Amino acid sequence: MADNGRLLDVEDLKMYFHTRDGVVKAVDGVSYTLDRGETLGIVGESGSGKSVTALTMMGLIEMPPGRIEGGDAKFEGESLFTKTEAEMRDIRGAKIAMIFQDPMTSLNPVYRIGRQIGEPLVLHKGMSKKAAWNRAVELLDLVGIPNPEKRVKDYPHQFSGGMRQRAMIAMALSCDPDVLIADEPTTALDVTIQAQIIELMEELQQRTGAGLIMITHDLGVVADVADNVLVMYAGRAVEYGNVDEVYYRPLHPYTWGLMDSLPRHDMTEKSELCPIKGQPPSLIYVPSGCSFHPRCPYAQPVCKAEEPEFKPIEGTHWAACHFAGQAGFERGTVECAGVSA
Amino acid sequence: MTDSDNTATEGMENGPAAPAAETPGATPPGTSPVSTSEPSRTLWGDAWYRLRRNKLAIIALTWLIVITLAAATADLWVPQLFGNPRLINSQTAYQNQLQLPSKEHPMGTDQMGRDVFGRVIYGARVSLIVGFTAVGVSVLIGLIFGAMSGFYGGFTDTGIMRLADVFLAFPYIMFAILLLSVLPQNWRTGLWPVILTIGVLGWPSIARVFRSSILSVKENDYVQAGRALGAKDSRLMIRHIAPNAVAPIIVYATMSIGGAILTEAALSFLGLGILPPNISWGAMIQDGRQYLVVRPGLVFWPGLAILSTVLAFTLLGDGMRDALDVKMKD
Repeated sequence: MADNGRLLDVEDLKMYFHTRDGVVKAVDGVSYTLDRGETLGIVGESGSGKSVTALTMMGLIEMPPGRIEGGDAKFEGESLFTKTEAEMRDIRGAKIAMIFQDPMTSLNPVYRIGRQIGEPLVLHKGMSKKAAWNRAVELLDLVGIPNPEKRVKDYPHQFSGGMRQRAMIAMALSCDPDVLIADEPTTALDVTIQAQIIELMEELQQRTGAGLIMITHDLGVVADVADNVLVMYAGRAVEYGNVDEVYYRPLHPYTWGLMDSLPRHDMTEKSELCPIKGQPPSLIYVPSGCSFHPRCPYAQPVCKAEEPEFKPIEGTHWAACHFAGQAGFERGTVECAGVSA
Repeated sequence: MTDSDNTATEGMENGPAAPAAETPGATPPGTSPVSTSEPSRTLWGDAWYRLRRNKLAIIALTWLIVITLAAATADLWVPQLFGNPRLINSQTAYQNQLQLPSKEHPMGTDQMGRDVFGRVIYGARVSLIVGFTAVGVSVLIGLIFGAMSGFYGGFTDTGIMRLADVFLAFPYIMFAILLLSVLPQNWRTGLWPVILTIGVLGWPSIARVFRSSILSVKENDYVQAGRALGAKDSRLMIRHIAPNAVAPIIVYATMSIGGAILTEAALSFLGLGILPPNISWGAMIQDGRQYLVVRPGLVFWPGLAILSTVLAFTLLGDGMRDALDVKMKD
């Protein structure tokens, strides 16, 4: 595929883990693109392959047991998978940075905050420790930590969860990365802090013009910040489109299910939530045909027999469902089942 | 003081829009001056703070400092006050032997007329040197093997751990006796044979502790985060894994010093450890054994010295285990 000028171009990525129990198809053909200043939200249940997609791109999956079975991830037109480990090290942290889920455990307890935030600057920009420390003070200020000259000397255990996540963001942004991957950045935080962190990330993204990949299972977060949304199920992409398309005209029954599982403000205290019944499938024994068919209330025989193609349904709006976009195939035509129990 | 300001800063959380002036809102204004001094605390300072509150550990530490100072300065005052405890004065040996405690001889004299107190002090010197250096040798070997085992895993790990098993499969004292007794007699001078024997036999436990510590630290998110920042393997090991894995080693090593002193005493008691003219508590007990009924002090005092010193190292190690736990906040 020719270089189409995208910042990041992931094409049919497949990452399988070869375990004793069998082959875990953690990521099984996922494609997306990301441009500067753009935000991509990747949503899905736990174990749908959201994080593995990102970690594969960063080269942070241990191989073996992991193995890239196909596809490519191009950063600025160059494949990330043909680079040497040394070249990848220069990209990690400097060009593509990552924010992890749990800020409580992602900071090294034995070093002061300032030294940790400064570490990528020392590694990538060849800054002196002193200069990196001073820059760390500025970065802490940037992410809204009060009293940065003092707090920079703190150890992680002296920071609260929200402050630690701010510190992680400061660390990720220290080298002005082109791509920022946030892997469930707010999951471990309480709700009031979540909103602040999301707001902060949005603001900083606008300031730096970085491309942002927001991995989350929180549809609310995605609705807030994302330009495009990728919905994943069992290691595959099931729906992709811009945020308005996916939210206002979702095409895939799985996306419908996700949305019906959310409490809405127009609900009364009597109305019940409508979760998707069943469990996500084992990634070793992925169901035949459409992997969602055992849980899909709209499933037809064809869903079991044939794997639906992931194809554009309406312009830029993609979905992997045999019936997506067909007249009469609409959300809510099947009663919320299995909830009464 | 740390209790109050830690909770105060922990609870503080300001949004980007929230001005810094709001910060004291979380802390009562009166207490805020205390928190300004807090960020200068270091991890070692924290550990020392926690250790200080452990009375037993502090008593143990004090005792060890006293006995170390006494042993280190022994040449300056012991011979002047109590005569040279290494030498037997053939002129006075007979008339001075087996005396009861007195002003000149606080712990009495032994069968050769030497001052027991002086000998206990000089024995401390040998015991402490043997304890520290033997454990130093164990730690050196153990850290290297443990690190290789934990970092690389696989074949290296299996090889090193099986070697450790072989070492641990032999009864400890028997192995030591075996090593020491096959040494040619003219190599058996000084402290080195005992130090090396105890040191070499001690590495497998250190290696195991460090390995398991590394294995658990390796899984931490901050190691992955460090990798995501572009850090090399060597940097991850030295900067991120090792400092977090080393605390159990410090604790274990401190406790092992007591064990090494005990082993030295046992070997010396058996006549295989420290040989005259060097003085060892174990050898003193061996010498005094035959006078146990008439002069129990000859066994009691060196025995008490061993007991108190070994106990002190154990208690100090115990205190350090609590003090060095980074996750334990006050």
